[in-house]
Amino acid sequence: MYQYRRFNNKNGFFQKFGNLDYILLSCLLILGFISLATMYSTDGGEVLFHTRSHFIKFVVFFSMMLVISFINIKFWFSLGYLSYVVILGMLIWTINFGITASGSKRWIDLYFLNIQPSELMKIFIILCLAKYFHRMKAQHVNSFYSICFSLIIIFIPMSLVIIQPDLGTSLLIAISGIVVLWFAGLNHKYFFYSCLLSIISLPIIISFLKPYQKLRVLTFLNPDRDPLGAGYQIIQSKIAVGSGGITGKGFLKGTQSYLEFLPEKHTDFIFTLFSEEFGFIGSVLLLIIYSIIIYRVIRIGALSRSYFAKLFCYSFGTSIFIYIVINMSMVLGLLPIVGSPLPIMSYGGSSMLATMIGFGIVMSAKTHSQQSIA
Amino acid sequence: MISISDSATKLNSLNRRMFILATAKIIILGGIVSRLFYLQVKENKKYLTLSDKNRIREWKLPPIRGEFKDYFGNTIAGNFEAYQLHIIPEEVEDFRYVIYRVKELLELSEKQFKKIVKKKNEIKPWETLIVADNLSWEKFSKINNHLYDLNGVKPVISISRDYPYKENFTHVLGYVSQANENDLLTNENIKEKFVPGLKVGKTGLEKSFEQKLIGSNSVERYEVNAFGRRISQLAFQKGDKGETIKLTIDTKIQELTNELLKEKAGSICVMDIYTGAIIAMHSSPSFDPNSFVFGISQDEWQLIRNNPMKPLVNKSLSGNYSPGSTIKPIVALSALENEIIKPDFTVQCKGHKNPLELYGQTYHCWKKEGHGFVNLREAMKQSCDTYFYEVARRLGVDRLSDTAKKFGLGQKVFKDVFDNEKSGLVPNTEWKKNALGRNWVLGETIITGIGQGFIQTTPIQLCLMTAQIANGGYKIYPKIVANDDNQYADKFKPLYKKSRNIKIVQDAMFSSTNEVRGTSYRSRLDDPKYRFAGKTGTSQVKKITEQDRELDLKTFEIPYEERDHALYVAFGPYKSPRYALSIIIEHGGSGGTVAAPLAKELFKMIVDRHEIRKNYDNKKYLDI
Repeated sequence: MYQYRRFNNKNGFFQKFGNLDYILLSCLLILGFISLATMYSTDGGEVLFHTRSHFIKFVVFFSMMLVISFINIKFWFSLGYLSYVVILGMLIWTINFGITASGSKRWIDLYFLNIQPSELMKIFIILCLAKYFHRMKAQHVNSFYSICFSLIIIFIPMSLVIIQPDLGTSLLIAISGIVVLWFAGLNHKYFFYSCLLSIISLPIIISFLKPYQKLRVLTFLNPDRDPLGAGYQIIQSKIAVGSGGITGKGFLKGTQSYLEFLPEKHTDFIFTLFSEEFGFIGSVLLLIIYSIIIYRVIRIGALSRSYFAKLFCYSFGTSIFIYIVINMSMVLGLLPIVGSPLPIMSYGGSSMLATMIGFGIVMSAKTHSQQSIA
Repeated sequence: MISISDSATKLNSLNRRMFILATAKIIILGGIVSRLFYLQVKENKKYLTLSDKNRIREWKLPPIRGEFKDYFGNTIAGNFEAYQLHIIPEEVEDFRYVIYRVKELLELSEKQFKKIVKKKNEIKPWETLIVADNLSWEKFSKINNHLYDLNGVKPVISISRDYPYKENFTHVLGYVSQANENDLLTNENIKEKFVPGLKVGKTGLEKSFEQKLIGSNSVERYEVNAFGRRISQLAFQKGDKGETIKLTIDTKIQELTNELLKEKAGSICVMDIYTGAIIAMHSSPSFDPNSFVFGISQDEWQLIRNNPMKPLVNKSLSGNYSPGSTIKPIVALSALENEIIKPDFTVQCKGHKNPLELYGQTYHCWKKEGHGFVNLREAMKQSCDTYFYEVARRLGVDRLSDTAKKFGLGQKVFKDVFDNEKSGLVPNTEWKKNALGRNWVLGETIITGIGQGFIQTTPIQLCLMTAQIANGGYKIYPKIVANDDNQYADKFKPLYKKSRNIKIVQDAMFSSTNEVRGTSYRSRLDDPKYRFAGKTGTSQVKKITEQDRELDLKTFEIPYEERDHALYVAFGPYKSPRYALSIIIEHGGSGGTVAAPLAKELFKMIVDRHEIRKNYDNKKYLDI
């Protein structure tokens, strides 16, 4: 096993600097550059609001990630429950005083920026659950008490987000939580039974969905039932991706996005635009970059000494993977449309902030890989 | 706190599960990549076409309509450059200011102005708003002089229909106007070529030859965005102009017919008796078809519609008239052909004091004093009704109707060329039984013999009938389009049994115009070059009562609607006939005094123009 000999756990600044994962960092920088270029293309080849704003956010949050990576992992461990509670408070605040946009209350106004607490919850639920299971004895993981408690931890933010309403994000929060449960060693049979149960209860769940959500499911099953209405997004998205071909239409030459056929091209459908302009080769390259990032995150987890750091890195890496898969499957017509951004690529401050905090903690685990947590 | 072994179990389970998930991740990634491969490589062509379909849109421009020419190549329905004013609202900074300025310059009325503003609110801001579709040159240049002040206003020259001879050809050509829903539903071709503002034929030849005239659209191909806004032009494909159609009509003669029928309701048809070419065909009163091109004003439309002389009806083709005495040549011919009478068959006409009596009904001759003893030639010459009562009685209606149908009565002359042509009616016993469910009575045969009763003919049918008598009794097919190459197997098929009978009828018609006591003797032309033969007719609109007969009112003393229709059919020049004509003047009075004099004027010109026509034909061959 890969090991360092150290006299104490407190590393110097330069040691920490040397311990940073530069492959991960450079991949993140490349991804940031790609996302900026893509954003530039969505603005029609001009540096307009989205490009500028995305650039500032990327620079600020990337620097923040670096700062976070120098803070001891112990600090993040100790912050686990508190941050969860703070964000729960923000979610409750959102319900009462949130900013309404396109039919749902998702943002709270922090005077200098509008923040979407549900996005932050995607990361901090991992942090909270990782802390919870770090302390737990192996034989207690499958106890009734711990399962109930962890499910409650997942259910509270999930339901707070559902009533915003934002089904996509609440599902992603739940998935992040469940991923932690999986890694913590929850018995396979629980997953199996709950899968079975959810499949059986699917018709009942569908009957509880809002009409527009039902429509999305129906549209997913057959986009051509309403090609100019509900099916428009997915049809146009598939056309954009499909027309890209092997090498793509070329940078700034994506007709589908340039001529405004693509909906929400800055956020959820950013991959469509990228794929149209850079084709199959570009898309696969993007996937490879994402894979390297996820691999590095998991590797950092594997090299960490503490259980908490391992659990966090594994869960975070897997969650990022799932976000990417859900977003891509959605724009490629493999899943119904749910609002889920593509990490780092999509425009959106809160999502970027959450992702960067996540990477910061991972990087902190790297710089403090020998740190054990009591 | 946590035992070593416990921590080890936890780590083991964690790593094991990570391994399971990593495998799952690779599989899922493979799935995403294969989906990308499927969309981008395998189905690329399909999505590429879909994407082009999205972004490329074609705009059709109105096609340029084919022209109509007369026999000598003069344009009788052409195209002219209409001066129009277009505004694209989104290109105008201050629409209110500009539109008020335009209103001022064009002196638009409040009503027109409101219409424009309403139209503006209905269209998308990047669509063209047509402010004025046919400006005078003065106003157009005025706008051009003020363009510096009118940002976004576009003076445009567009191609539009023009009828240089105004009302002269209206009933032949019809007119064009904006295509409406009905046009689109009934004509696939119009539907295919439709663009807003497309003008299509509404009546007459403009409608019949729509397919040939319409031409094909020019197409502009633009790249558009999702909202339909044009981004850039990709291609321009020029369309073809519609076919030019040459007619057999002689504009000079057509103009004369217009002049002769001025202020009258009626029709004149002139036909070449060998080729069947229509030389002139006019229905009066007419109207200016140019008013319809840009939409007729309500007042003008009401004026045309409510005119008691019915300008909208093409009387030449869809006017059903009792032929009156103009049927007599056919009655005579039928009787001769069926050997009912010989030319020297004589009847005594005793005048009003002693009319023909049949089953209690009396049948009067038009002449109060009677004609005395008349043979066939005399009876035709003086149009003796009593003689033809007797001939019809002997002939019977069925044989008469056979001959009449043979000579073109009772059926459409142009088949499908004109959609408003009527077929008239030639009655026989069988027809009455089927149509009215009653038996034919002899009295009806008697009055059919002088062209009254059920029998109805259109002016063009009378013209064809006369032409076929004039050409010696051979079948012809009238045509109005010069290069109509339809070959009919039975063209020039003899319609007679003995050609001598035709000669007898021709001679009788000659006497009617050129001999003393002939009904149209006063309208004769003495110069043998122009001399023509004809038969007058006066068709009753109202049954003449005993009281009327005693009053014996002059035409102008009778209310307009009750006056007789004046008819005249003729052919000439008599020596070697070439042209036949029919004249009908509604409520004109007697055929001899009102209709026949017009023939005199016409034949002078027709014969003179014949030379020119012949020379034009010869020259045409030389050119080749």
